[in-house]
Amino acid sequence: MDAMPKWADVVLIPLISLILAAILSALVILAIGESPVEALNLMIEGALGSTYGWGYTLYYATNFIFTGLAVSVAFHARMFNIGGEGQAMLGGLGVALICLYIPWPHWSLALFGAAIAAALFGAAWAAIPAFLQAKRGSHIVITTIMFNFIAAALLNYLLIGALKPTGSMEPATGKFPEATHLPSFQDMFSFGETALFRGAPANVSFFVAIIACFAVWALIWKTKLGYEIRSFGHSETAAKYAGISPTKIIMVSMLISGGLAGMMAINNVQGEAERLVLNAVEGAGFIGIAVALMGRSHPFGVFLAAILFGFLYQGGAELALWTKIPREMIVVIQALVILFTGALDDMVRAPLERMFLAMRRKGDA
Amino acid sequence: MTTAPAIELKGISKSFGPVQANKDISICVMPGTIHGIIGENGAGKSTLMSILYGFYKADAGEIFIAGQKTTIPDSQAAIAAGIGMVFQHFKLVENFTVLENIVLGAEDSGLLRPSLARARRELKALADEYELNVDPDAVVQDIGVGMQQRVEILKALYRRADILILDEPTGVLTPAEADHLFRILENLKREGKTIILITHKLREIMDATDTVSVMRRGEMTATVKTADTSPAELAELMVGRKVLLQVEKAPAQVGATILDVQNLNVTDNKGVHRVKDVSFNVKAGEILGIAGVSGNGQSELLEVLGGYEKATGQILMNGTPIDLTGAKSDGRSRRARGIAHVPEDRQREGLIMDYQAWENVAFGYHHDPAFQSGMFMNHAAIKADTVEKMARFDVRPPDPRLAAKSFSGGNQQKIVLAREIERNPDLLLIGQPTRGVDIGAIEFIHQQIVALRDQGKAILLVSVELEEILALSDRIAVMFDGRMMGERMPQDTDEKELGMMMAGMTKEDAA
Repeated sequence: MDAMPKWADVVLIPLISLILAAILSALVILAIGESPVEALNLMIEGALGSTYGWGYTLYYATNFIFTGLAVSVAFHARMFNIGGEGQAMLGGLGVALICLYIPWPHWSLALFGAAIAAALFGAAWAAIPAFLQAKRGSHIVITTIMFNFIAAALLNYLLIGALKPTGSMEPATGKFPEATHLPSFQDMFSFGETALFRGAPANVSFFVAIIACFAVWALIWKTKLGYEIRSFGHSETAAKYAGISPTKIIMVSMLISGGLAGMMAINNVQGEAERLVLNAVEGAGFIGIAVALMGRSHPFGVFLAAILFGFLYQGGAELALWTKIPREMIVVIQALVILFTGALDDMVRAPLERMFLAMRRKGDA
Repeated sequence: MTTAPAIELKGISKSFGPVQANKDISICVMPGTIHGIIGENGAGKSTLMSILYGFYKADAGEIFIAGQKTTIPDSQAAIAAGIGMVFQHFKLVENFTVLENIVLGAEDSGLLRPSLARARRELKALADEYELNVDPDAVVQDIGVGMQQRVEILKALYRRADILILDEPTGVLTPAEADHLFRILENLKREGKTIILITHKLREIMDATDTVSVMRRGEMTATVKTADTSPAELAELMVGRKVLLQVEKAPAQVGATILDVQNLNVTDNKGVHRVKDVSFNVKAGEILGIAGVSGNGQSELLEVLGGYEKATGQILMNGTPIDLTGAKSDGRSRRARGIAHVPEDRQREGLIMDYQAWENVAFGYHHDPAFQSGMFMNHAAIKADTVEKMARFDVRPPDPRLAAKSFSGGNQQKIVLAREIERNPDLLLIGQPTRGVDIGAIEFIHQQIVALRDQGKAILLVSVELEEILALSDRIAVMFDGRMMGERMPQDTDEKELGMMMAGMTKEDAA
């Protein structure tokens, strides 16, 4: 019998962790002489108070859904894919090539092509660490981190060289053709005079991200492959006994993971920047780890956690804009959320389990 | 004046989360006796001893050593109180010598040499006194398990232990080594030491102890003089109902050869030659039992047959060779050839402990078309199948949604057995079928194995429990150091002969 009802595990623990992180963040803000209440108000107002704010929050959330799903799929196979950052960079490269060099007749086809290219490039970037893990036992954490640096260097090289339009002084590709422009929320939801989401970067790839959530859910919990991935993640020895090939599972789960991370590029590269710039990923690959941890590697949890982190990102930007609270403060708050929801999970879990046990005993007696 | 008991525990209770491992346990061990504690796996024996040795803190209760109330916060305090413990899994530094291991943690000063010299003298005295002969300069990894265990005992005695606790000491020993151990314990007892022997083997209790306490589900159900009891009574006390200790079976109706293993060699990934030139066969309608002390190549043999260890040589299944190294040497291909496998370690191999029962029933057979609907797995079909299997194998509680880890050892094993036997295989590989399984379930599992044999299936049984091998097998092979020492018919042999073969000696050697 489990110590706790499922709802406590899925809802209560993340919630308590979140509140603890919030309290600690409030203390830090107090310590630098600002008002936490005001800061919170500002964040909520800035991130959720207008369709503009929502447009940014959901734009960030879209990035985090993709990278969070990427980390989650790998987690199910007990692979720790820290390479989301590099895989997303490569995904950006794929999107850029597809958008720049193929004349697309319509944005929907361009989105389709770009998504496939992004996934393929991201998967290819994950394939080498996966192969090294499967065949040589090189630890995936180390190799994927290294591949983040290689990806950054590769993009640097391409963006000051082959991909830079002649005459440009900026390390970026040229602007993508108009036909590849993805409908933004403003394009989609503004009717007549009222312009909703004006100027916000959220775009149609948010819906692709939601589809990806469903696809990952079905893959992990409904298919044989998902069953094999989870089995391998729970116990490698048992998986071998059952005739599940470790090599296959490591490769396949990492390819899917890399592909998902790469697909983030349809949002930030094709949807927002409409060209490939240096450092386009902006740490979203790493936030994906926190999102996956907090979302318990479940697509629905990832979705919620991604929205939360989108809120923190957008709210944090507002905070830096309107108060003396430095931009770095946001990193501190995000770090606290990661710390409490990820690393210090047991700190909340253990007392809660005891509490539920005590309650049950009382109930039995 | 009556002497105070060496150890007295009063009202010890301990819970781990929802599990109450010890409930209000009181026990009184008199000095100069061998006191057995018997109970099924999970009855709380090891927890109780861990409390006594300072690994766990009891939630409630008191400990008296030689009449004095004592608290034991850690193992240092236990050693100071004169308690020594020999663990089931030895705690020795493999690349140290015997002498260094004995001194480790009990050095007299910063300099090692005087300690070693003193230890050497004392070791010699102890060896003469108790028949505890070891070579002080041998490196631990080079000596046998029996000797390693003696080193553990010496470690305790060197620390002036008056009370010695042994946790399942014979699990890794050959029968001859076990007999030697019991002689040592007799000697220790004669010198006034107190010994607590924890075991789940009834025979050891009957042979070696003066008093025996029985534990069941965290409670002490009885303490009796060994001379006044019988194995049947103890079994009943352990399980809570009458049990059949003998397996009833008709003579085997042996048919055609199903499995034919020829010159099989296995080298593991560390380069150790685990199975050496092994040949044998198993026929339809018979149980071939492979006896041997754990770690003599039986596990690797099962892994090769189960498809997850590479090998050289040849294995014929129903007359056609099976792939030993290539793409078809995996569990799925083996199952397709009619080989079902109940692995030795159900918690690490046979089950995913976090999976629910129904997910485990599909395990290894998840490609079965009956379990699919379109591109997805048909969870409803698997659950329905699980309900059926649980009913037929009397798995309790019969809840397909319960996680495997929430079942008792016996019920976990029944889930694995149900999954494998119900596939109607030509050959069943079964390793340690009753390890960690309560006596009640042992009876049931043995009946199922015999029933499968009577349907004309071939069964390869690997067990380190000699009693089990003798009770079930129609033919017995013995493995030692990766080799087959020979085959015997159960009616022509006995524990003594098999025990010698398990130690690597043939009849000719002994003569």
